Amino acid sequence: MNEYRQEIAALTMRWVRRLSREKFSMLFTLIQPMLFWLIFFGNLFQRAADVQVVQAPNYISFLTAGVVVMTVLNNGLAGGVDLLFDKENGFLERLMSTPIHRTSVILSRFLFVTTVTSLQVLVILGVAFLFGVTPATGFFGVAVILLIGMLFGVGLTAISMAMAFSVKSHGDFFSVLGFLSLPMIFLSSALVPLSAMPKFMAMLAVLNPMTWAIDAIRPLILTGWADALRPLAIVVLIMLAFDALCLYGSAKAFRRAIG
Amino acid sequence: MMEQSVAIDVCKVGKMYDGVAAIQDLSFQVRTGEVFALLGPNGAGKSTTLRILITLLRPTSGQATVLGYDVVRDADRVRRLIGYVPQERAIDRFLTGREHLLLLGDLYHLSKEESLRRIAELLKLVDLEGKADQPAKTYSGGMKRKLDIACGLLPNPKILFLDEPTLGLDVQSRLRIWDYVRQLRTKGITVVMTTNYLDEADQLCDRLAIIDEGHIKALGPPTELKTGLGGDIVSVTVGSAALARVEPLASALKGLPFIRAVSTKPTGLDIRVESPEKALPAILEAANRLSCPVEFIEYHRPRLDDVFVAHTGHAIREEFPAAEEEA
Ligand SMILES: Nc1ncnc2c1ncn2[C@@H]1O[C@H](COP(=O)(O)OP(=O)(O)OP(=O)(O)O)[C@@H](O)[C@H]1O
Ligand SMILES: [Mg+2]
Repeated sequence: MNEYRQEIAALTMRWVRRLSREKFSMLFTLIQPMLFWLIFFGNLFQRAADVQVVQAPNYISFLTAGVVVMTVLNNGLAGGVDLLFDKENGFLERLMSTPIHRTSVILSRFLFVTTVTSLQVLVILGVAFLFGVTPATGFFGVAVILLIGMLFGVGLTAISMAMAFSVKSHGDFFSVLGFLSLPMIFLSSALVPLSAMPKFMAMLAVLNPMTWAIDAIRPLILTGWADALRPLAIVVLIMLAFDALCLYGSAKAFRRAIG
Repeated sequence: MMEQSVAIDVCKVGKMYDGVAAIQDLSFQVRTGEVFALLGPNGAGKSTTLRILITLLRPTSGQATVLGYDVVRDADRVRRLIGYVPQERAIDRFLTGREHLLLLGDLYHLSKEESLRRIAELLKLVDLEGKADQPAKTYSGGMKRKLDIACGLLPNPKILFLDEPTLGLDVQSRLRIWDYVRQLRTKGITVVMTTNYLDEADQLCDRLAIIDEGHIKALGPPTELKTGLGGDIVSVTVGSAALARVEPLASALKGLPFIRAVSTKPTGLDIRVESPEKALPAILEAANRLSCPVEFIEYHRPRLDDVFVAHTGHAIREEFPAAEEEA
């Protein structure tokens, strides 16, 4: 057990070190979602968005939940990238030739992605706060938002890592990533509520787990516990199912790569 | 006797990749304390064999044990006893040399003090103390290789696996690494390495296995393999105009009593002979008769490249790739 902790701590520290050395990319991953989506998009659509339709005092406060979940989505889907590079340059092989538990590398990655994502979500909520968005459910609500983010992130990171282990070239990896990410965002309630979508889009958006995460987080920010409890109960169930599905689907790729 | 104890036992091991055999029916033993080399051309199956021994690949058939532990069933035990230096520079550009070693220290479950002590020792051994706190992206190829080797030695392994340790290094760095390997040997560490350099296998190892197209073609100490060929090698170079007449010359020579084997090479013939004194006149006479002008002729004791050719039927790499079409 001690050995396991030592391995995971060291492997996680490595991800942290890498991130801190890649100052440029760190800046981008941290700043991009809030700057682009929250500030630009939020203010840009302020005039266009109908407050009646979005059911919120202004578009930014409506968008905050979406940007939070988008950040979880992007971080999760990109969660396997570093492993892809490790696989390609043989570092993964070096790691796996040591007597570590076979799950340690993957676990360290979950830990790292979850932590970075949570910090980013806090920064986003902080920036939103500067624009006058105060979460209606307070600190406890923020904790619940983080928890939903983690639940969603685990499944996404699992898919991303499985893909990193399975793809033949890293061009493939990034194409799939680009192919998944935008439709996931537009076919969800991130930018527009389901009720305001064309029928067929709303039907697809209902199948998107992202929609459920957003619809649970939104009342936590906008209205309060009374509106949030029902979607919360649903989202926890959906996320558990989603994670189980993703982990089950990834297990084979994990076993092949590091078994 | 120490010398005789078996460190690695490979028994009929085979590995298929998508239905294609990379190695087949490989059997050999490595003795405790020796330097053992797998010598073969690109794609021969050296790395595949090594990866099986270090538990990263499961063999599709056969079995192998390292220090008595099965590489599949007792993989974790095996991993605790070995060090590995991969063929590619498995280096994280963003980490410093010291951070690589600290990471591995934790992965081998060393205590902090133990880890720091060994890291200091190893950085000194591979002469990287000055660069230890720079990110690895600032290292030259040779420095990365040295760091690789330090990483392999960190766990203080009983057996060190080196995959092509000197590939692409300059002469000085190669000699340096040969020195480390000899030092390891004096410390009693068993070394298993792969190489496609004949001189490296010749100079460095106690025993070697020649591996080609997934099969072991010869096995033994370099000196024994060389004397085992018997006789001497007469090497004939013909003018480029006469290359077409090399084949008839070869067939004419094959029948002669004191000639053991004839193999063509891009520039002429290598002829294995019983005694050069008798053979030389006969060879020259035959060449004359077939009007195949000899540009250069010399004879030498068998070298490892001759051993390689004798057992595989081809040179380990073509020294004159341009001449291949004509051959
Ligand atoms: N992951 C893989 N998938 C499919 N085929 C592979 C794989 N790895 C190796 N091979 C094939 O197996 C054979 C042996 O490869 P291996 O890497 O063991 O050769 P090698 O002797 O180490 O060569 P080199 O000197 O180039 O390193 C080659 O024909 C190679 O194409
Ligand atoms: Mg190789």
